[in-house]
Amino acid sequence: MTRTPRLHIPHPPARPGADPDFSYVTRVPAGSVPRPDPHTRLRDLPNELIYDIVRVLDDEGTAVGPWDPGLDPDELQFGLRHMLETRAFDDHMLRMHRQGKISFYMKSRGEEAVAVAAAMALKPSDMLFPSYRVQGLQIARGRSLVDLMNQCLSNSRDMCKGRQMPIMYHWKRGNIFSISGNLTTQYPQAVGWAMAAAIKGEDDIAAAWIGEGSSAEADFHHAMTFASVYRAPVILNIVNNQYAISTFQGTAGGEHRPFAARGPGYGIPGIRVDGNDFPAVYAVTQWAAERARSGTGPTLIELVTYRVDAHSTSDDPSRYRPKNEADAWPYGDPVERLKTHLIRFGQWSETRHAALVEELKAQVERDWAEACSYGTMTAPPFLDKNELFEDVYADMPPHLIAQKKQMRALEED
Amino acid sequence: MPRMNMVQAINSAMDIMLDRDPNVICIGQDIGYFGGVFRCTDGLQRKYGEHRVIDAPIAEGGIIGSAIGMGVNGLRPVAEIQFADYIYPGCDQIISELARLRYRTAGDFFAPVTIRTPCGGGIRGGQTHSQSPEGIFTHLCGVKVVMPSNPYDAKGLLIAAIEDDDPVIFFEPKRIYNGPFDGDPDKPAVPWNTHPHSEVPAEYYTLPIGRAEIVRPGEDVTVLCYGTMVHVCQAAADFAEVDAEIIDLRTLSPLDVTTIRQSVEKTGRCVAVHEATRFSGYGAELAATVQEECFYSLEAPILRVTGWDTPYPHAFEWDYFPGKRRVAKALEQVLEMS
Ligand SMILES: Cc1ncc(C[n+]2csc(CCOP(=O)(O)OP(=O)(O)O)c2C)c(N)n1
Repeated sequence: MTRTPRLHIPHPPARPGADPDFSYVTRVPAGSVPRPDPHTRLRDLPNELIYDIVRVLDDEGTAVGPWDPGLDPDELQFGLRHMLETRAFDDHMLRMHRQGKISFYMKSRGEEAVAVAAAMALKPSDMLFPSYRVQGLQIARGRSLVDLMNQCLSNSRDMCKGRQMPIMYHWKRGNIFSISGNLTTQYPQAVGWAMAAAIKGEDDIAAAWIGEGSSAEADFHHAMTFASVYRAPVILNIVNNQYAISTFQGTAGGEHRPFAARGPGYGIPGIRVDGNDFPAVYAVTQWAAERARSGTGPTLIELVTYRVDAHSTSDDPSRYRPKNEADAWPYGDPVERLKTHLIRFGQWSETRHAALVEELKAQVERDWAEACSYGTMTAPPFLDKNELFEDVYADMPPHLIAQKKQMRALEED
Repeated sequence: MPRMNMVQAINSAMDIMLDRDPNVICIGQDIGYFGGVFRCTDGLQRKYGEHRVIDAPIAEGGIIGSAIGMGVNGLRPVAEIQFADYIYPGCDQIISELARLRYRTAGDFFAPVTIRTPCGGGIRGGQTHSQSPEGIFTHLCGVKVVMPSNPYDAKGLLIAAIEDDDPVIFFEPKRIYNGPFDGDPDKPAVPWNTHPHSEVPAEYYTLPIGRAEIVRPGEDVTVLCYGTMVHVCQAAADFAEVDAEIIDLRTLSPLDVTTIRQSVEKTGRCVAVHEATRFSGYGAELAATVQEECFYSLEAPILRVTGWDTPYPHAFEWDYFPGKRRVAKALEQVLEMS
């Protein structure tokens, strides 16, 4: 029999109506992956870093193995609080979208540890290049929710002055770069920022986040090549939450090899980590930061997690995946797991947890009221319309001055 | 005759071509199982299989580059770019390759690729879901550029694009997918089914690429427009009570100069309208063509109504969007001048 090639189409494990099937997700016991010295040469790093998954919290909530970062209870509580704050913020903003108060939103439910733990493992002067689904970075760095809400409302205090859709934040003072709607553009930019730090001889590093779907863009390749060639002090994170919009991670090329395995092909170490395991994310980020800061080089981190909610407020996941898939995710929920861990060691309780959830809910509502007092999409104070023409260039050129006049004249008609 | 909205008409065009020609395939992000974020390919994968309606990785350069390869190997790919704002990673493949392949190989190689992409604003999408980049592509030699303004044209032109041996970039004004929009965001949404051009034959038909349509005859001023602005310009002419001849260009490249010339020779006045920004925009090409072709018939300068020369903002969308009043004002102005 002669054989001819046949186009291979990757198939997700389960479609609507079928039972969730996560048998493809690598399962390894917590604590089983060795932790090499961060300065180990690429060729001497163990394959388990890529093909297993770094995990610290076991099923009982005990931190085990060489990757346990040994965080103090108050650091862990700080992490839990900021994950819960992120969740409360997301829930509130989704409700506000449903009520027509904001035009768009994207939640990060289930992925809070990815952002919060990483932000905590880096220095405040390290530069972050976020995707749109790591709002926990902002929150863990101490950003006020009012600022984030102002942006979503395009109100008089919006840091983007109404120029971006909701969630496309930036924070100059907090060293968080502007979020772009165009996927993966931040990846080579983060590498360039890190190259500049190296050129200037400074020890601040850069870190960037994309989703696994976005790793298909050519900018991923550019970032990896430049990071490798110049040994840039950068951490490149791929948040593998199993889905892009409707397409599963196999459509992005994750069917045969973990995304972390792309690192070594470029001469960059890859590590796969349980993204729902707060201490594990912290530890892996710390390891990569140590490599970057000391000049050893860049690291590619794949954070394995699950996008619990819809892609965005424009999406309906029941069209392409089983409804109850989130419940079947083998690595649980990041908040629950950190909570269990803290309770197990007597550093937390159900009562304190419930009180914190209530406190944050009330805080979010207070913050929302404050943000609305700076204007909403329909109520003043509004941004100044003339702002529309500002910041296209550093100085406004004559043709924009003329157009601005034209717009004003129209209003006076 | 069946009534269709623009999404259904576009879907029907691809359905018919997938059925008629085994070499037609569709490729794009979320277009297969899911049916597309705007639902233009809904049901097509179920009907024609995963090898012909293909979910692509998020890589516009990969989608267009591979579509070129498929085209060279005898297929007729219809590539979807999820938003025109995301076409740029594919631009090297479009500009350096797709547009010039026939020329550089003296006709030995060509790629009959159709690139479909939703464009335009009015959906509160901010600067990355609202752009009208058609002028970037009309500047190329070797690709045709089409933008329909209604379901009937969308279907006939899309079938013609797929059958065309030259590459076609087919812009779909997303604001009018589900109903005509005259630029007034405060009015309740109007569905397509009351519009005459929502009567769309269920079967195969084509409309010629390169032919404009006079959507409203008039004596006093010629209005050149396309896409969503066709509806805005009609509302503006009513509002200003101007006897305007409104021409829906439908194909931006190659341009139907004959229809334009005949109209401007009659009216002696011309206004070009588009959502895209003004400087070096498509309206500049229209103005230049009209003055070259009709200089001695012109009684007033040619005016342009366009988006302002800024990125598309999220706030102040309706101050940015060249709506009814802005067009009406230009119509009045051009009639006062002489
Ligand atoms: C260049 C570009 N192409 C397409 C899109 C449309 N788009 C927005 S988000 C998205 C899915 C991204 O998935 P992934 O990278 O896995 O991130 P996740 O949403 O899962 O966090 C797509 C296709 C875009 N924003 N930019």
